[in-house]
Amino acid sequence: MALSGIEIFKKLPKTNCGECGVPTCLAFAMKLATGQAELVACPYVSDDVRAAIDEASAPPIRPLTIGTGDRAVKLGGETVMFRHEKRFENPPGLALVLSDTMDDSVVNEKLSKFKDLEFERVGLILRPQMLALKGESGDAGKFAAFVKRVVDQIDAGIILMSDKPEVMAEALKICKDKKPLIYAATRDTAEAMGNLAKEVACPLAVKGSGLDEVMAITDKLLGMGLKDLVIDSQPVNVKKALEDQVVIRRSALVKKVKQLGFPTITFPGQLTDNKMKETLIASLLIAKYAGIIVISEMEGHNVFPLLLDSLNIYTDPQRPMAVEEKVYEIGGPREDSPILITSNFSLTYFIVSGEVESSRVPAWLLIKDTEGLSVLTAWAAGKFAADTVAMFVKKCGIADRVKHRKLVIPGYLAGMSGELEEELPDWQILVGPREAAHLPAYLKQWSAA
Amino acid sequence: MALEIPKVSYSGKIKEIVLGKGDKALTVGGETSYPFYLFEGQMSLKPRIAMEVYDSTPEDWPPAALEPFADVVSDPAAWAKKCVDTYGAEMIALQLVSTDPNGENRSAEEAAAVTKKVVEAVDVPIIIWGCNNAEKDTEVLRKIAEDCAGRNLMIGPVTEANYKQIGAVAIGYEHTVIASTPIDINLAKQLNILLGNLGVPDGRILIDPTTGSLGYGLEYCYSVMERIRMAALTQEDERLQFPMVCNLGKEVWKTKEAKQSREEAPKLGDPVKRGVLMEAATAQLLLLAGADILIMRHPEAIGLIKDMLNDLLAA
Repeated sequence: MALSGIEIFKKLPKTNCGECGVPTCLAFAMKLATGQAELVACPYVSDDVRAAIDEASAPPIRPLTIGTGDRAVKLGGETVMFRHEKRFENPPGLALVLSDTMDDSVVNEKLSKFKDLEFERVGLILRPQMLALKGESGDAGKFAAFVKRVVDQIDAGIILMSDKPEVMAEALKICKDKKPLIYAATRDTAEAMGNLAKEVACPLAVKGSGLDEVMAITDKLLGMGLKDLVIDSQPVNVKKALEDQVVIRRSALVKKVKQLGFPTITFPGQLTDNKMKETLIASLLIAKYAGIIVISEMEGHNVFPLLLDSLNIYTDPQRPMAVEEKVYEIGGPREDSPILITSNFSLTYFIVSGEVESSRVPAWLLIKDTEGLSVLTAWAAGKFAADTVAMFVKKCGIADRVKHRKLVIPGYLAGMSGELEEELPDWQILVGPREAAHLPAYLKQWSAA
Repeated sequence: MALEIPKVSYSGKIKEIVLGKGDKALTVGGETSYPFYLFEGQMSLKPRIAMEVYDSTPEDWPPAALEPFADVVSDPAAWAKKCVDTYGAEMIALQLVSTDPNGENRSAEEAAAVTKKVVEAVDVPIIIWGCNNAEKDTEVLRKIAEDCAGRNLMIGPVTEANYKQIGAVAIGYEHTVIASTPIDINLAKQLNILLGNLGVPDGRILIDPTTGSLGYGLEYCYSVMERIRMAALTQEDERLQFPMVCNLGKEVWKTKEAKQSREEAPKLGDPVKRGVLMEAATAQLLLLAGADILIMRHPEAIGLIKDMLNDLLAA
């Protein structure tokens, strides 16, 4: 376990000098325990104490970043086994494999497809963020030229893949500033790869067959002073892949096994030749703790489900997802189309807009900001009260876009229709169905006249 | 350096529930660890997949979902038979959508007649799923329970509003109930207590925690199911130690992205593969959260999940 504030306090000088920027040592200790302060701020602790506190307060799974700028991929930093216990922090990086033995035309086509795979959802941009560049030719010059060609064309988190330190060294010369992940140090190359990684200050992946071998390699690299490591345990089948991910996460969190306290990298394509099944294995790995998932083919039909999977699993369970407050146009509504209003809880929005869409009746959907609360909860919390609803209806400008003055409210809020009519005297308030599933039938019989 | 795997010690076990009757009856449940954590527990009974059959011709299915059943969609008995004979279905789930008072509002008698035909056409275990209107389901499921006495159908959704009536006929005519609650561990437990108090034997209860599709609320179901399993296995919460059923096919295939054609969504790739993967990925996540019975639609998605199950449960 990480040290508590009191345990840290016992190791501090207890002089309350305030030079750390916090008035007392106790307050400083509390901030350290919650990660709001860093020990370097205290000029008086001894090196021994510093080492002890640093080690004890280090996150159990090392947070690290691959790449730079907009496309930097953050990994690790996880603190729980189940998302409901707190939340999962950093969604896995999805990486597409490209090899220096592929034809240029194939590479270009895959890259242009990769760039296109970008989807907007709940105000977030979902996209695969990484490319795994494989030095399959074994030729240092060829690999370096290939890496250069790719990184010149596209901004993505880069994984360089080669078992040969001399090949890796050439590729790193090209792109070390992009902070690529070096894949990988094996039992035989740990020292050479470790030195390379140190020299360029880039994260390094460890490849071992099985967790014991992985631990032997990470132990050696930790001894060399490396910190940003990523683990590949090379499971032989799906069952073992799941087991390894669970055991790595659990060992790091529960037992503080420092040799396993790193994010992982996984290769579903090594476990099957079937692209559909590869996607399912990736889907399993998203839920079960993978840090990076390298896949052999990216098309809209397999990447989109994986991005949704990742979005769902990594959503913070303590914070409802919300969509933007505005007027949504569904199916090209006109001045005689129905107007519906509901809350901005993302699930409410998706379900309601989905049903309106499937009704094929064009409609205006007013989404009011309820801080991500669902209709009834929002109403109970005063976030969907008649006065605020009325204010939103007035300011959103819908009145200028339609000829009629009929507003459909959620069936569960039938009770507020009178009050709303008082707030919106020009409008007629209609009570819609309670369940979104009944919207299509409702809309089909709706008429502006 | 040998790693000692930190193991969870489980004190509970999921109850074993027999589905159906006769040679083709199946048993689910019996887990003694989190799903597929075979390095620290057992899962000797495989999760099972029931293929959907509808009591009226589907009108809003995308071509990808319709194509495998195009020749049988207007005949539920033939549909069920095709699922078993052609697609190797180990179970059938008859979805009685046409009984919905907000829709076609077909009578209990009609629903019972259709059910009877399906029950006679196949010999695998059958789930009967109502229209989710508590009052109507009571009427319909009572009639079906009576007409199919002794068949051990799995009937649901049984909710707080109708558990007494449906629970009573399930006891009387020997069926299994699917206890349905809206994504809430406490409500799930409460309903199981109520069913127990009513006299429904433990061997005849399944949990429906309520299912959402990938991208449409799946995360809520996922976490509630994980919590249910955790309470059942590590906190000895005896009233949660029942297998879980997820009715996911209809949730996935009604989403916008599962329905869009290539022209409507050029960035989403092949519409058939997309729909299949959305259904299979949803099923995969639900299995990881603890599902014992999956109600699914597309034969290809089912094939993929069976393949994954074989891998995950390999000796």
